[in-house]
Amino acid sequence: MNPKKERRWINAVLPFLIPVLVLILWQIASMGGGPKAALTPSPFKVLQTFLKMVESGELLRHTLISTNRAVSGFLVGGAIGLILGLVNGLWSLAERLTDSSVQMVRNIPHLALIPLILIWFGIGEESKLVMVSLGVFFPIYLNTFHGIRSIDPGLIEMGRVYGLKGFALYRNVLFPGALASILVGVRYSLGIMWLTLIVAETVSAKSGIGYMSMNAREYMQMEVIILSILIYALLGKLSDSLAKLAERQFLKWHPNYRKSAAKGDGRLVKKSYPAANSTAS
Amino acid sequence: MSKKAIRLQIQQLRKHFDETKVLTDVNLTIEPGEFVAIIGRSGCGKSTLLRLVAGLDQPSHGSIVLDHEPVTGIHQDTRVLFQEARLLPWKKVADNVRIGTQHNDRESALVALEQVGLANRADEYPGILSGGQKQRVSLARALAGHPRLLLLDEPLGALDALTRIEMQQLIEQLWREQQFTAILVTHDVSEAVALADRVILLEEGVVAMDTRIALARPRERDNGFAYYEKTILDRLLEPKERGTIHPDHHSASAFAI
Repeated sequence: MNPKKERRWINAVLPFLIPVLVLILWQIASMGGGPKAALTPSPFKVLQTFLKMVESGELLRHTLISTNRAVSGFLVGGAIGLILGLVNGLWSLAERLTDSSVQMVRNIPHLALIPLILIWFGIGEESKLVMVSLGVFFPIYLNTFHGIRSIDPGLIEMGRVYGLKGFALYRNVLFPGALASILVGVRYSLGIMWLTLIVAETVSAKSGIGYMSMNAREYMQMEVIILSILIYALLGKLSDSLAKLAERQFLKWHPNYRKSAAKGDGRLVKKSYPAANSTAS
Repeated sequence: MSKKAIRLQIQQLRKHFDETKVLTDVNLTIEPGEFVAIIGRSGCGKSTLLRLVAGLDQPSHGSIVLDHEPVTGIHQDTRVLFQEARLLPWKKVADNVRIGTQHNDRESALVALEQVGLANRADEYPGILSGGQKQRVSLARALAGHPRLLLLDEPLGALDALTRIEMQQLIEQLWREQQFTAILVTHDVSEAVALADRVILLEEGVVAMDTRIALARPRERDNGFAYYEKTILDRLLEPKERGTIHPDHHSASAFAI
């Protein structure tokens, strides 16, 4: 094997090293027996439960319900964040009117609103939709706003000289100019989306993975609890990969993203967009 | 082509930003198809004048008339070549040039790219082009819509000496072919003498000198060229002396030989 191929092979294996190591240690720890053994099911037992629940269709049903809640909340909150970010980025009057209120609400941890939202919206679908939308809204709003504001004014002026205005200016200059920043917001908000949903489903739900996990606690089904945690981890990773894919697709022109695509990590992305970190609410 | 170059008339033009007076009283007439260079020390208001002509800013007083139409805003027959290329990095080269075409068509964009010698880079992103190439794409974009007035705001300032001379030749060649009126703002006297029919010196907000360059094109950097260069540079370096220089053309050509 030539050194270049070898390095590629190592790069492909490297991300899985720690998860595999954890699995091995976990298996060893669970083999000890004794009274604690029932509280730490082995990876093998979790796998068995997984197969059983896949077969019964129960797992798929709960996963679909959770995904459906996550996606609809993301779409509603994301759309509102995007529109408000655009409006406030373009019209300083709108910014003056709404931005300070948004910043005030942003500093309330949205999970602290759960009791209130449960009372207002009940334990049905609405409360989950509201919670997820609220969580997703802020990163998208902030990054859209930041993205619009950081467009080179020279490009906007160029657009004016060439007669671009209204929607044409938005389509050719403003939106693509803000897109890198918007996608950082999307990626960040996907994390918040799952986080919020997990909490909401764990606190009160009649279906979904969070419910599956809480229900299993009643019967001390440790393997189901661990399984739901693993499912969340997988869903989170999946949505992050999708966001990364979108970045690569839409930001082909961007030298930083070309580099990061080749290297396969997001390091450069964060470096060139410090706003990504400051959006943490 | 039915379209003719624009005639430009500037009268009693004044522009101040808050307390700072940038232009106090500019009067200038530019004939159709003329190539005029505006020079001056930095901060003399030459870029401001160009922005006013482009309709990007509004004058505080006075008027700018294109043919018979006063400038009130951005005019579709006017194109600007900025100091930076200002290409949209998310659009491929050809799509950037398409913005400048009249009907957003790829065909005329490719024709314009051909004219600046970059047709083979049409499907690349601007990010990988050199500074000179970017500025050439920008020139193609400006010319793709067949403007009647081209404004150049120190577009070659950031380029290296060799690329600069190539660009000057390209601009001159396209100007001769397409016969638009051109106004070039520059701080480089040699560039002004190389390209312009007339060199105008802006000083303390007024036209302090208006010199016709009577050299045949394409211009060689010979004695006649050096004569104009020196005369203008000397005038530029002693700001107290006022008045217009009318160089004796005979002595200039005598120098040339």
